[in-house]
Amino acid sequence: MNGQDTLAAPTVSTPWSLRDKVAFAGIGTTRYGNFPETDSYGLGCEALNAALDDAGLRPSDIDGLIVNRIPSYERFAEMMGINPQYCLLTEAPGRFSGVSLALAMQAIATGAAKTVALVYGNNGRSVRMMYGGGDSQWSPWGMTSPGAIHAMMWRRHMHDFGTTHADLGPVSVAFRKHACLNPDAVMHGKPITLEDHAKARPICEPLKLLDYCLINDGAVAWILTSAERARDLRRPPVLVSGYSRQDRFSYGSAPADDYWYPTLSACRSVYDRAGFGRDDVQGLGIYDNFSPTVMFSLEGLGFCGQGESGDFVRDGTLELGTGRWPTNTSGGHLSDSYMQGWGIIAECVRQLRGDCEGRQIPDARAMQYICATHIAQSILFRRDDA
Amino acid sequence: MSLQTRPKPVVDNWNRPFWEACAEGRLVLQRCTETGKCFFPPAPVSPYTGRPDWEWIIASGKGELWSFVVFHQNYFPGMKDEIPYPVAMVKLDEGPYLLTNLEGMKADDAKIGMRLSVRFPGGPEGFALPQFGPEE
Repeated sequence: MNGQDTLAAPTVSTPWSLRDKVAFAGIGTTRYGNFPETDSYGLGCEALNAALDDAGLRPSDIDGLIVNRIPSYERFAEMMGINPQYCLLTEAPGRFSGVSLALAMQAIATGAAKTVALVYGNNGRSVRMMYGGGDSQWSPWGMTSPGAIHAMMWRRHMHDFGTTHADLGPVSVAFRKHACLNPDAVMHGKPITLEDHAKARPICEPLKLLDYCLINDGAVAWILTSAERARDLRRPPVLVSGYSRQDRFSYGSAPADDYWYPTLSACRSVYDRAGFGRDDVQGLGIYDNFSPTVMFSLEGLGFCGQGESGDFVRDGTLELGTGRWPTNTSGGHLSDSYMQGWGIIAECVRQLRGDCEGRQIPDARAMQYICATHIAQSILFRRDDA
Repeated sequence: MSLQTRPKPVVDNWNRPFWEACAEGRLVLQRCTETGKCFFPPAPVSPYTGRPDWEWIIASGKGELWSFVVFHQNYFPGMKDEIPYPVAMVKLDEGPYLLTNLEGMKADDAKIGMRLSVRFPGGPEGFALPQFGPEE
């Protein structure tokens, strides 16, 4: 690793000052697919209207606005007739879904805004967005794309720990099974087997097609407010109980040579912050831009030992109905759509409201989100009455 | 397969000496004068101190294969004919990583941990791209 090798100890106050203070009051998602007739603004407006209807609010009730992958917060606010006292556009990478959530929490906790709408809109499919190519530090050597970074890391993981490409199969298969239970998922009705995963077309070896997420057009909106205000609104509040984050940027512009293990391990402080533990959690939402990220997340947060994720996921551990840790019940990025964490967090909220019908986790009282990137994060959500 | 049609490096004030040295067949690195540690990509300051206290050194050009991938998807028009091509992550003996390609060997023969050394077989006009093959 380039740079310093020690991380700051996570700061944990007891209780964490934001514990259970902010709640999801509404969520909205669009269909995901190829929609050249609209764009990220049109999709964002649709998702926000769905979230407002869900919460029983109007645009004039929104006094904070965070947009992501929508080109201009100003134009979006103008379109929706929102004149907030707190407004910003966050960076494009998917790690910023969790970061945006934290910013909204901080705004609400400090009184900068009372009710924050967070709107993600992406029309990457219809504009044929390419996640790779272009000029970069490594382009003269043909090194490009987030998938290649994960492929590089997984090859080394295989060497370090004896894992295999086949170990990733149960991740892709589990999320596809969930998509088949979700009528809105892009891959609904298209089951896959471990053999399909093994025999898929190679994209960047060792990774193959079914290790990659799905680029689509779509939008997700969340409305956050204080827990007190949320209790007076239409839907049962889902509380943000804990949030932990640790960044590390000293990788010499190369793929992370530590699988983000130290920073993800630091995020285990999320349990202290929330005031409950792993055993109190019924399901997971894991940022799955590529299947190895799920493995790195499970190892880093301590669901299994480092290097043991292959054994851990093998017998349906991540599957609804059979496994202890149903994960990405909507289908996730791999089998629903790559909505950069926004959709996965919306699914955690739906689980805790009992809105998931055929893919509902029985008696879901708490859910955990994990995002393994240079900004490692974990979030704990719980039902208000849990 | 041709290094001449590769994407050109993006040259800035910090990496210009690196590319000039490559054109002369030498691999150079910045070394922090306080800690003695090398770093890459080239930068205005040492990441170990945050200070502009560093010097260029001629690197050994040797290292070991940390990991590698094989691209089957084409992202660069000038690399279409090279598909499938390997990209290797090499940990230089001086510490930093380079992402590079394998030269004089097949990806099938690549083994993580194997010793590699640099060579400069060509590149887009005006540049020589460091490539790595079995240690010489």
